[in-house]
Amino acid sequence: MSGALHFRNARIICAEGGERHGDLFVADGRIVDSARGAETIDCRGALLMPAIVDLGVASIDRAAFRAGGIVRVGLMPDQSPVLDEPGIVQRSALIGRPDLWIHPIAAATRGLAGTDLAEMAICASAGARAVGTGRGWITDSGVMARVLAYARDLGLTVVAHSEDAGLVGDAVATEGETATRLGLPAAPALSEPLAIARDLMLTEAADARLHLRQVTTAAGFELVRAAKRRGVRVTCGITPAHLLLSDNAMSDFRTFTRLSPPLRSEEDRRAALAALADGTIDVLCSGHDPRGPEEKRLPFADASAGAAGAVTLLPLALGLARDGHLSLERLSALLSRNPAAVLGIDAGSLQPGAEADIMLVDQNAPWQISADTLPGTAGNTPFDGLPVQGRVLRLFKGGRELG
Amino acid sequence: MPSSDHRPASLIPGGAVFPHRHLTGIEGLQPHEIAFLLDEAEGWIAANRERGTPDKRLAGLTQINAFFENSTRTLLSFEIAGKRLGADVVNMHAAQSSVKKGETLIDTAMTLNAMRADVIVIRHMSSGAVRLIADKVDCPVLNAGDGRHEHPTQALLDALTIRRRRGTIHNQRVVICGDVLHSRVARSNILALTALAAEVRVCAPSTLMPPAIERMGVTPFIDFDAALEGADVVMMLRLQTERMAGGYVPSTREYHLRYGLTLKRLARAKADALVMHPGPMNRGVEIDSNVADHAERSAITEQVEMGVAVRMACLDVLTRRSRGVEGWA
Repeated sequence: MSGALHFRNARIICAEGGERHGDLFVADGRIVDSARGAETIDCRGALLMPAIVDLGVASIDRAAFRAGGIVRVGLMPDQSPVLDEPGIVQRSALIGRPDLWIHPIAAATRGLAGTDLAEMAICASAGARAVGTGRGWITDSGVMARVLAYARDLGLTVVAHSEDAGLVGDAVATEGETATRLGLPAAPALSEPLAIARDLMLTEAADARLHLRQVTTAAGFELVRAAKRRGVRVTCGITPAHLLLSDNAMSDFRTFTRLSPPLRSEEDRRAALAALADGTIDVLCSGHDPRGPEEKRLPFADASAGAAGAVTLLPLALGLARDGHLSLERLSALLSRNPAAVLGIDAGSLQPGAEADIMLVDQNAPWQISADTLPGTAGNTPFDGLPVQGRVLRLFKGGRELG
Repeated sequence: MPSSDHRPASLIPGGAVFPHRHLTGIEGLQPHEIAFLLDEAEGWIAANRERGTPDKRLAGLTQINAFFENSTRTLLSFEIAGKRLGADVVNMHAAQSSVKKGETLIDTAMTLNAMRADVIVIRHMSSGAVRLIADKVDCPVLNAGDGRHEHPTQALLDALTIRRRRGTIHNQRVVICGDVLHSRVARSNILALTALAAEVRVCAPSTLMPPAIERMGVTPFIDFDAALEGADVVMMLRLQTERMAGGYVPSTREYHLRYGLTLKRLARAKADALVMHPGPMNRGVEIDSNVADHAERSAITEQVEMGVAVRMACLDVLTRRSRGVEGWA
């Protein structure tokens, strides 16, 4: 049993309970109404929020998650080996505990090859919380239809990547002036809505549950918006990069801006901010994908896609709130409550009875993002040099403080 | 001898006239800096023709031509340019380099740097690769073509050819026709010619036209005949064999039907319009032999000659600081 805690003088933000100022009690690892003999923590008006549930990280990076206020992650299936065997799924579900709870997203198809169904039920019993297509799109519509139908039988959400593989080809950028000037192989932004349209129709037909891990285009948001209106069980996510950067950030061939999906036009970026404001976007995730210099100090098209995002997720999200794009309450839903719901786990809340996964945040603490000093296995951030505000002061998993 | 289009009223003496350490692209060069390189090249044309007392101003300097992508004529041109100036020229071919053994580009760059090269000429198949190397080495770097990005010396030699043959670049209507999408020659030429105030038209089937190309200050055309109307210069691009197989155009004969430069088509351009091609040509595909070999109209062999002069000028200008040339140190 962990010691009881009494947070006082806190600005408590919770997607379910709203915002209030005052006290929060923890006992036996859970939020309670009151606790005796609790250790008092004076929050001095700092933010007390549910710790972050980061849906769809590419690798396990404890130092980065710790610094970023992340205590639970949904792990992408494209690991080495691929998460399509119960033993591998179970191992990854347990290796982070007790500090970091890893919720594996099992491969939807064997070896993520996009041809044969993976053993979803067995993987689910080994700890998988969803199934996914990984970084790729399932090109065969028949396979995707069966994946959705079979996952629906098991009550599992399908986490999908949305880029039409044929249109993308060997592209590393979105078609537009920047890609043309740089001479980079580029695909039309249309590759995303084309993929989303198919998967939404298949999801609707199968009455399945679909989570689009990253939606980044105006047309993509429009499709999701319309599907939600029709009652399709779809949710979608985004990373701060696509909310804050457009394709002109690739100028000078900065490989830290080589992302999957690639950065989009300024119009698409504005559409993403609008989708954030109107509730179309459900999940804000880091897409954490640390890549060392051996994968990034290369010509742009030869470099691996992906950015380290765990440490910068919270300050960038707080910046979006500060700029009026969303309330802190909704921010907490996007960072914690909604991703937990996609994974079907009971987390991301500060209501009595909830597990005490808590972060204490100084939302004003200024710092500068630096690729060289970013905590974690690699500092490949497209936000290198950007001044931000917001730091995790203390982090608790199940009522126990993480050092 | 035609003079420069954009010569500044008073040339600033010394290195300030070309304040760049490398030549990674035409992008970032001011019009007067491009004109300066052309002026410098003019001087070498006569020297190359006369073959008098050789000017070995680069004697004792090591020039490494690091070619990660196959090339015959560009490599040869850079080698001859270096040797005419007295440099010790060493060629590194990707086929025989450790790149094939998995060495990263940065490691290769550091190796070349450690060998104390005085100037490095690089060709690479990836866009941006030359700039990546330029950031890591101590000596000047010349881009001899990086992916689909830039091929600056080709654009300079083309500009020089146009300036000599047409008298000026200003307001010349230049049609660039062919695989614009995959062409670094097209990109560098667009940047150089628009900077020197030419009217640039690009022409290609939509499958080979880069999106948003009009943002680079050119007018895109699908119809070659329409593009050719009143043209002063027709610059044909090479159609790579791997694009002919059906992925981008259905066949070479269909490509020739729509985009091949024939004498009949050329009649739509001005009567004295210049025909150019960066080579190597696919005769009978993008250009007919009787056009390519047309004594008055074709400037194709002259382009090759200008190539050596332009590369000599670039090698000379970029090494002036390290050679301690007065006003450049």
